[in-house]
Amino acid sequence: MAVSTEVSLKTKQPGVIGETPAWRRVLVRVLIYALLIGFALFEFLPFLWSITTSFKSEQEINAGFVNGFHWIPQNFTLNNYLDIFNKVEFGRWFFNSLIVGVITTLFTLAFSSTSGYAFARIPFPGRDFIFWCIVATQMVPAIIYLVPIYILLKNLNLLDTLPGLIIPFMVTNFGIFLMRQFFTSVPVELEEAARVDGAGRFRTFAQVVLPLAKPALAALTIFTFMGRWNDFLLPLIIINSPDKYTLPLGMSTFRGLYKTDWGLLMSGSLLVMVPIVIMFVFFQRFFIEGVSYTGLKG
Amino acid sequence: MAGNIGQVQVETTTGSLARQKMMDKWAGWLFVLPALLFFSVFVVYPIGYGLFLSLFKINSFNIDERQWVGLENFTKVLADPNFHKALLNTAVFSFFVVTIQTVLALLLAVAVNQKIKGSTFFRTAFFFPSISSSVVISIIFLWVFNQNGLLNYALSTIGVKGPTWVDDPRTALPAIMGLNIWTTAGTMMVLYLAALQDIPAHLYEAAAVDGANPFQRFFRITLPLLTPTTFFVVTLGLIGTFQVFDQAFVISNGSGGPEKSTLTAVFYIYQQAFKETGRMGVAAAGAVVLLVIILTVTLIQRFIFRSEQEY
Repeated sequence: MAVSTEVSLKTKQPGVIGETPAWRRVLVRVLIYALLIGFALFEFLPFLWSITTSFKSEQEINAGFVNGFHWIPQNFTLNNYLDIFNKVEFGRWFFNSLIVGVITTLFTLAFSSTSGYAFARIPFPGRDFIFWCIVATQMVPAIIYLVPIYILLKNLNLLDTLPGLIIPFMVTNFGIFLMRQFFTSVPVELEEAARVDGAGRFRTFAQVVLPLAKPALAALTIFTFMGRWNDFLLPLIIINSPDKYTLPLGMSTFRGLYKTDWGLLMSGSLLVMVPIVIMFVFFQRFFIEGVSYTGLKG
Repeated sequence: MAGNIGQVQVETTTGSLARQKMMDKWAGWLFVLPALLFFSVFVVYPIGYGLFLSLFKINSFNIDERQWVGLENFTKVLADPNFHKALLNTAVFSFFVVTIQTVLALLLAVAVNQKIKGSTFFRTAFFFPSISSSVVISIIFLWVFNQNGLLNYALSTIGVKGPTWVDDPRTALPAIMGLNIWTTAGTMMVLYLAALQDIPAHLYEAAAVDGANPFQRFFRITLPLLTPTTFFVVTLGLIGTFQVFDQAFVISNGSGGPEKSTLTAVFYIYQQAFKETGRMGVAAAGAVVLLVIILTVTLIQRFIFRSEQEY
């Protein structure tokens, strides 16, 4: 290979090799930018359209294109953002989603980091078999859980309660797997130094290993919180009372009730996204790096 | 005497090592026990329980009352025309969404990977939709697909009268496909982009020196080296699309309509379990059938990709 490359280098004139005409390079460049800008518009226009709609009055929205098409609201109004808190229990749903997201995430962090550390570092009988079982459950699609989780939660008296949304997700195969993979990659020498100094497993874990795990914990926080915040199926099957709705469930029932009130639907939808967008702005790196670990929502 | 002292020392070190190992055994269990407890109850047990329940007829009004029916739920679900319709919808949905989003993601990743201005911006912009809730995205798209919405306005500017999208059985499922591609193509692009950046530049330089044109370079170098990523992207896509539910539910307002055109497999299972009486066992059986289908499809495509890699 190397020889033939050198030969061809010598036989052909340098500078001409692989060179394409200037007009073709410009054309390729234009096509690349057209593709990228076109797709970016395709991604952003629906958001932009919902943002401007959320500031329009009901009359303007219902009038449609009769008076022409306007991106910018003719009569700018904040009513949609005020009404959403008055006409439905949006504040309550927001609070419920926050409680479910935060508590689930705290438990997931604690359980995943301790067990992930043990699976990576502490040899004990049966460890590898148990970890193998945990990995194997990742193959099982979520739909298998639909009926059994419902009956299980019913028998535990957790139907129509927020703990019913929290407890089934406190430990996940994804969380254990992620933390175990991370701890495996931490150099073992760091712990050994602490262990030689007489620190036990718990102290080593809490004082040496855990502080190193910040990036993995950040990624796990983001994916757990986002997963709970956006989840729809579990709240749909177990929650009945409107005062226990989470945001996605509340918004879906609201779409059924106020089918034509697009201003409210848009302001509500955008408010649902706010916490996740804030997380995205500050921790973008962890979102994008973490993608390869996670599956996709349906 | 001197030898004795040495022996004692050796004994203490091995003794402490053995003690540390003993302690480790307990520490290990202590570290995993709380997590394992919840994991067994809420992940492992429901899998087995789900398989078990598929063999029973369950009373909707008293869930604990059930009657062994053997494989009857499976014969019921496999004979149900609605289940056939749901599986067909799901297969069509899956085929188009996975194909289009994979090709699009690859194309975008190759474009972003060129030496262009704003590649970080494009990466972020394409990834952004995947962080929002599926319910919210569906509501936003309902408005985009509305008679007075953005899409039909855009069509009207070029003189086309747009359909009623989600109210028309011919366009409702394609509309959901569109919003699904819109959501996930960017995520898939991020995966491709990471893999593209790992391809050593000298391979392209060597190919350019040998006079390979950009198309040859793409098909002979880039694509073969991306095979593992393509496998991953297609697998994720298949597992996700085979379980599509939220979007279909919100778009059809919980009905699966018009004319069952948006009834997906998971939607069917949900309806059997919670909207029909006495068919929870049928729902459990439907879920097992879907599990078998997903595992089979994943295995088949793993087989295809493996044989390609060997080549």
